[in-house]
Amino acid sequence: MAHPDTDLPPVRNRNLFQTLDLDVRLLGMIAAFAVLCIGFDLVTGGRFLTPRNIFNLTIQTVSVAIMATGMVFVIVTRHIDLSVGALLATSSAVMAMAQTQWLPNMLGLELGSPLIPWITIATGLIVGTLIGAFPGYLVGYLMIPAFIVTLGGLLVWRNVAWYMTSGRTIGPLDTAFLKFGGINGTLGATGSWIFAALAVAAALYGLYATRRNKLKHGFWVKPMWAEGVIAAIISGTILGFVGILTAYEVPARKLARMFEAKDEVMPEGFTLSYGIPYSVLLLIFITITMTLMASKSRFGRYIFATGGNPEATELAGINTRWLTVKIFGLMGLLCAISAVVASARLTNHTNDIGTLDELRVIAAAVIGGTALAGGIGTIYGAILGALIMQSLQSGMAMVGVDAPLQNMVVGAVLVLAVLVDIVYRKKTGAA
Amino acid sequence: MTTPLVDMRDICISFGGVHAVDHVSVDLHAGEVVGLLGHNGAGKSTLIKILSGAYQADSGEIRIGGDKVDITNPRDARAHKIETIYQTLALADNLDASSNLFLGRELITRFGLVDDDAMEAETRKIMGRLNPNFQKFAEPVSALSGGQRQSVAIARAVYFDARILIMDEPMAALGPHETQMVAELIEQLKSEGIGIFLISHDIHDVMELCDRASVMKNGKLVGTVDVNDVTDDDLLSMIILGKQPGAKSA
Ligand SMILES: Nc1ncnc2c1ncn2[C@@H]1O[C@H](COP(=O)(O)OP(=O)(O)OP(=O)(O)O)[C@@H](O)[C@H]1O
Ligand SMILES: [Mg+2]
Repeated sequence: MAHPDTDLPPVRNRNLFQTLDLDVRLLGMIAAFAVLCIGFDLVTGGRFLTPRNIFNLTIQTVSVAIMATGMVFVIVTRHIDLSVGALLATSSAVMAMAQTQWLPNMLGLELGSPLIPWITIATGLIVGTLIGAFPGYLVGYLMIPAFIVTLGGLLVWRNVAWYMTSGRTIGPLDTAFLKFGGINGTLGATGSWIFAALAVAAALYGLYATRRNKLKHGFWVKPMWAEGVIAAIISGTILGFVGILTAYEVPARKLARMFEAKDEVMPEGFTLSYGIPYSVLLLIFITITMTLMASKSRFGRYIFATGGNPEATELAGINTRWLTVKIFGLMGLLCAISAVVASARLTNHTNDIGTLDELRVIAAAVIGGTALAGGIGTIYGAILGALIMQSLQSGMAMVGVDAPLQNMVVGAVLVLAVLVDIVYRKKTGAA
Repeated sequence: MTTPLVDMRDICISFGGVHAVDHVSVDLHAGEVVGLLGHNGAGKSTLIKILSGAYQADSGEIRIGGDKVDITNPRDARAHKIETIYQTLALADNLDASSNLFLGRELITRFGLVDDDAMEAETRKIMGRLNPNFQKFAEPVSALSGGQRQSVAIARAVYFDARILIMDEPMAALGPHETQMVAELIEQLKSEGIGIFLISHDIHDVMELCDRASVMKNGKLVGTVDVNDVTDDDLLSMIILGKQPGAKSA
């Protein structure tokens, strides 16, 4: 149904990017990422872009990437959260203590009980949300700058974690809990391909629904060939990614041990793929949820409005103080989820878990195009930022760059990324 | 005499030591346009921000339709069907026109998600009435001209069936054609029974569009007059000298 009084958009010449309706900035980041990966691959003689390394890169990125999605909301509202690494440590400490001591000793749950991981995770997520929301209250209602509140929070929560565990490494963690860490919990080949098929179907339906909606209102839509190109790119990316992850197979020695443990003989030529790790599924789920929240929920709309003009948002009747509490609470929840992934990946809670993560998370968001001045940022950008950071770090380690030099390069890249962003925005006239 | 739609009585507010509004009383009837005049810093914007919920008065009371009301934030004002065009426009620069128009009152789909397409369609409709040349629906409002931004702010105030409309210098950035369209809009809203506070520095506009005019100076009310009883010069001298017309100078 077209509205008779809807004026038609003027006829414009559209260039290729406009016709495809693609985000040029995103393309730039993907190009930079691709150059980085191919560069490392050439220098390492093909060791960087192997299924094994890509698998490892992916699971190493998850924890920071999850937190980076929340940091986008924090920075978009002109705040900052310096305490995310410490929040992760406290959540991790709570969960480690819960599963190894509190639940078995106080509630009398037997170690290995199937209830333990779930009660543990629920406790951790609640604790993370609460200790995340509290600074939100201090920032939103008492007007203490977020920089100060979360700098204090960094010291407090890092040391609460230390105090709670007396600085010890706590483990081994529950075996079911460890499944969230990466390599110890994967979908396998069949499951991964089913997931890929569902993801492609969902993406295609999403494109179709968007187009149908635009047509319903008589708005401009891409030509069919452009829709086809987009659909092909998305499907290709999903299938390619799953293809790489399933190409990584469990090493023969490990397989042999698995069969030995079951007192069976390994059949000749038996192989097993890891497939998509549960931690990566978690990240995908969080990315989609956060993206929907950012662009299609009222909550997200108010976050961006506040970043653009806090007074105007307040005058529009939005309770920006309560909004701040919710944003920081969400950040805390994401830190707790990251704590599950990070401690499960290490198979222990260690006293230095999450150290310097605040910097990695902020860097990921900023490299991903989140403007510290507020009002601008995307979730997928932050994920890509986290991937770029992790690839840079792993790639340099693989090439044999010394640790201090690695950190110097990462620091320089962060500054450079922001400079490029500023120049880009000036050139395109975007705010 | 009918009960006024809005009755602000003996309103005071000060910032630090500055008495921005000092014992001011104004009222507004349904279907009436009341002009608020005064020099820069006279307290006009501050007075109407108390009605719109942006500020809370230190003392005084607000009655709407005869009932005393508490307006402690902009949500309360919206609940009383008070809509405001702020002098600063109060737009989120990073959002597009329709996101600004519906800010805080987004249209949602049956899944509870923001329905951007429906909002854009509605925005196109109302902008078609206000400023037919307006085409920048996809850009953030930071990319709009001053007058285009003002059109968005006006559209937002009139879209939601206001009963009381506050317009703080709504035509300051508009071209002659757009000003004419807003003038027609004011006439139309008035005929629909909406009460309008119109702040303006343009005496000609005030004489043309308003039924009564209240003049402020240094936070105090100089007086309220029926525009049919005064000349442009009378109003001017009220603004500049702070005296009621006809009052003999000493
Ligand atoms: N938030 C504030 N904090 C401190 N002082 C303020 C504030 N808002 C207004 N004032 C002061 O109150 C007085 C009245 O300001 P107001 O904005 O109401 O003037 P106005 O009549 O709208 O002027 P203009 O014609 O320039 O818009 C001024 O002296 C101003 O400096
Ligand atoms: Mg003013």
